[in-house]
Amino acid sequence: MNTSCDLQLAAVRLCLDRRVLLEIDATVRAGEVLTIMGPSGSGKSSLLAFIAGFLPPAFTASGQVWLAGHNITALPAEHSRVGLLFQDPLLFPHLSVAGNLRFGLSQRATDADARIDEALQQIGLAGFARRDPATLSGGQKARVALMRLLLSQPRAVLLDEPFSKLDAGLRHDMRELVFGQLRASRLPTLLVTHDEADALDAGGQVIVL
Amino acid sequence: MMLRWMPRLIIGLLVLPITLGLLLALLPAFGYLPALGGEHVTMQHWQDLARTPGIWRSIRVSYFSGLLTTLLSLAVVLCFLAGFSGSRFDRWIRRLISPLLSLPHAAAAFGLAFLITPSGLIARWISPGLSGWQRPPDLMVGQDGYGLSLMAGLVIKEIPFLLLMALAALPQVNPGPSVMLARSLGYRSRLAWCKVVAPRLYPLLRLPVYAVLAYASSTVDVAMILGPSMPPTLSVQVVAWFNDPDLSMRFLASAGAIAQLLVTLVLLASWWLLEQLVAAIFALWVVRGGRDRGERWIALFGNVGMALAVAAAVLALLALIINSFAGWWRFPAAWPDRMGLENWLRAAPALLGPINTTLLIAGAATVIATLLTLAALEREQRLGGRPAWALWLLYLPLLVPQVAFLSGLTVTSVFFGAGPDCWLVVLGHLLLVLPYVFLTLSEAYRRLDPRWGQLARALGTSQNAVFWRVRMPLLLAPVLTAMALGLAVSISQYLPTQLLGGGRISTVTTEALALAAAGDRRLIAVWALLQAALPLLGFIVATALPRLLWRNRRGMREVH
Repeated sequence: MNTSCDLQLAAVRLCLDRRVLLEIDATVRAGEVLTIMGPSGSGKSSLLAFIAGFLPPAFTASGQVWLAGHNITALPAEHSRVGLLFQDPLLFPHLSVAGNLRFGLSQRATDADARIDEALQQIGLAGFARRDPATLSGGQKARVALMRLLLSQPRAVLLDEPFSKLDAGLRHDMRELVFGQLRASRLPTLLVTHDEADALDAGGQVIVL
Repeated sequence: MMLRWMPRLIIGLLVLPITLGLLLALLPAFGYLPALGGEHVTMQHWQDLARTPGIWRSIRVSYFSGLLTTLLSLAVVLCFLAGFSGSRFDRWIRRLISPLLSLPHAAAAFGLAFLITPSGLIARWISPGLSGWQRPPDLMVGQDGYGLSLMAGLVIKEIPFLLLMALAALPQVNPGPSVMLARSLGYRSRLAWCKVVAPRLYPLLRLPVYAVLAYASSTVDVAMILGPSMPPTLSVQVVAWFNDPDLSMRFLASAGAIAQLLVTLVLLASWWLLEQLVAAIFALWVVRGGRDRGERWIALFGNVGMALAVAAAVLALLALIINSFAGWWRFPAAWPDRMGLENWLRAAPALLGPINTTLLIAGAATVIATLLTLAALEREQRLGGRPAWALWLLYLPLLVPQVAFLSGLTVTSVFFGAGPDCWLVVLGHLLLVLPYVFLTLSEAYRRLDPRWGQLARALGTSQNAVFWRVRMPLLLAPVLTAMALGLAVSISQYLPTQLLGGGRISTVTTEALALAAAGDRRLIAVWALLQAALPLLGFIVATALPRLLWRNRRGMREVH
C-alpha cells in the first residue's frame, strides 16, 4: 500500500517539557496539500521541523513519518528528500541566481546549465543567471526559491507560511504558481499557515490545531 | 566522530597548561625543584621574598593600579554609555574604538610615555611659553612611584576594551523601551539609563571586568614602560628574578609568582565585595526616586573622561610617529628640527628577523585557535547544547595572572631538560589567543540563522558540505575578524615569548621592550610603531577581503 508517493504521519506526537504539543495522524496523497492552521505555540512549525529532521533536542517525539514507502523518521535531513519553503526566500546571498539553483541540483547532474536555463525560463527570469539575488524583487526571489526546491527533486514538500511576507497583490499569483507546480510534480505537500486564504487556495484538507 | 571531543579538547588545552603551570610554580616556591637542587620543602623563599627591600610597596602598587584602573575605566564607560545617543561625538568615538583596541598595550604605553614625560610632547608644546621651562623639568612623570602613569597607560587601553564589550552586550538588555518608560516617569535620560539599564548590563560585563582587574594588576610590559622602577611592580620584579642568570633565583621568582597570583585573587575578592556594597547603595539610590540630581555630572564625567582617554591614545600614537621620524630635536622646540627616514633605515637590517618570528608565532597560534573554535562551534551546531560554565573556563587564561602560570611552564623545560622551544611559545600564545578568537567567533556563529543550514540540508547537502559551502562563506567576514584579533593578541604578547622562549626568541614586542631601558626614543618609536602596524594590517585584510570577494553580492553586506 505504501509504494505510492504519499506522505504519511503515523501517530506522530510532539512533546515539550513533558507537555503534549500536538498529536497528528494523517496521510497526504501525491499532488495534494494538507493545510495545518493554529495559533503560534501550537507546535505546527515544530511538526515541520520533526518531519524534515531538525527537531531541536528540547523536544521529544514519537510516531513515524513514511514517505513513498520508506520510513524517513530517523533519516538524516539530507537523505529524507523532503523539501522546504520558508517565509523568506532565503536565497544564498554569496551565490548568484544560477549558483542558488545549482545548489538544488545533485552534484552529479551533467546537464546542470541547461536545466538551470530551463528553470529560469519557466518562471520568466531568463537571462537572470548571473544576477546577484539581492537585486531581485520579492516576487522574483520567491520564484527562484521555488525552482531551487523543485530542482532538488524532493519527494514531499513542507511550506512554512511561505506567502506571509509577500505583498498582498503578489500573494495570490504566487500561491497559484506554487500550488500549480507542486500539483504538476505530483508532490504531497504540508502547508502551515495563519492565513485562511492560503488554505482556500491550497484546496485540500485542513486541520485546525 | 572527531567533533564530539572538541569542547573537551579546548577546555583541556586551556585548563591543563594553566593548572600545570600554577602547580609547577607552587613547588619551587616552597623549595622543591630537584633539577636545581631543591629537594626539601621549606619556607625559606617566602621569608626571602618578605625581606626583599620595597616588596610591600611593589605589592601595593600592583594592587591599587589594578583596582583604580578598573574603577575608572568602568565608570567612564558606563557614564559615557548612559548618554550614548548616536550624536556626532558618539559616532566618532565608536569609529575610533576598534583601531584603538587593536593598538598593542606596549605601543600605547610607549606613546603615552613620549607624550607625558618631562621631555615629552606635552612639555614641549607648553614650553617655554606657558611653563617657562628651558630644560626638561625635574618631575617624576612617566614612571612615578605611585603608578599614576601606569594607570593612565592602562586606562587608555581598557576603556576601548570595556566599551566594545558593553556595546556588544547592550542589545541583550534591550535598553530602548525601559529608558523610554523611565523618561516618561520624569527621569532625565542619563539617570534613567543608570537606574534601569546599568544594573542589568553589569552582570554581562562581569567577566570582562574581572579580566581587566587581573590584567591591570599583573601586567608586565606596560609596567616596564610606565610603572615605577625603584621598586618596580610585583610582576616586573618577578620577571627580573626569572631572567637572573643565577638559576637559584628561580625559587624566589616562583614564590613571587605565587604572591602575584594571591595579589590578583585578593583584588578580585575585594572587587566582589565592592560589587555587593555598590549594589546595596545603588538599590537605595534607585528607590529614592531622584529624577535629575546627578544628570549633569554623569554627562560631564562620561564625555570628558571618554574624550580624554581617546585623545590621549591618538596623541600617543602621534608621539610615536613623530619620534620615529625625528632627527635632531632640542628641548623646548615643539617639533623636531629635521624629520627623515634615518631612524627607520638605521633599524631596517634588524627588523626583518623579528618580524618573521612574530608573524610565524602569531600565524600558528591564530590558525590553531581558529580551527579549534570552528570545530567546537560546528559541533555545538550539530549536536546542540553548551555548558554554561564553559564561558568561565574560556576566561581562565585572562583571569589568572600570566606571570603565575607561565613561570611554572618555564620550569617544565628545566624539568625535562628541553631548551626554549618555539612550539612552547606558540602554546603560550595559544592560551591567550584562543579565548579571544572563541568569544568573537562564537557570537557570529550562534547568531547565524539556523534556517540556512536546514534549507541546504533539505536540498540534499551533507553536514560537512553545509559547513564548507554555506556556513564558511556566510561567516567569512567574522572568521577573518576573529583571526585578525587573534593575530593582534599574539603580536602584542610579551611575557609568553620572553619566559617560554627563554629570552632567545625575539619578536617585535620583545625587541621594543628590550630597548625600553636603553632609552633611545627614536629607535623605540620605530619598533613600537611596527608593533602597532602589524595587527592593523590584519584588520585591513579582514575588512577588505570580504568586500572584494562579495563586491557583486549586496546581501553579504548585511549582518546575518
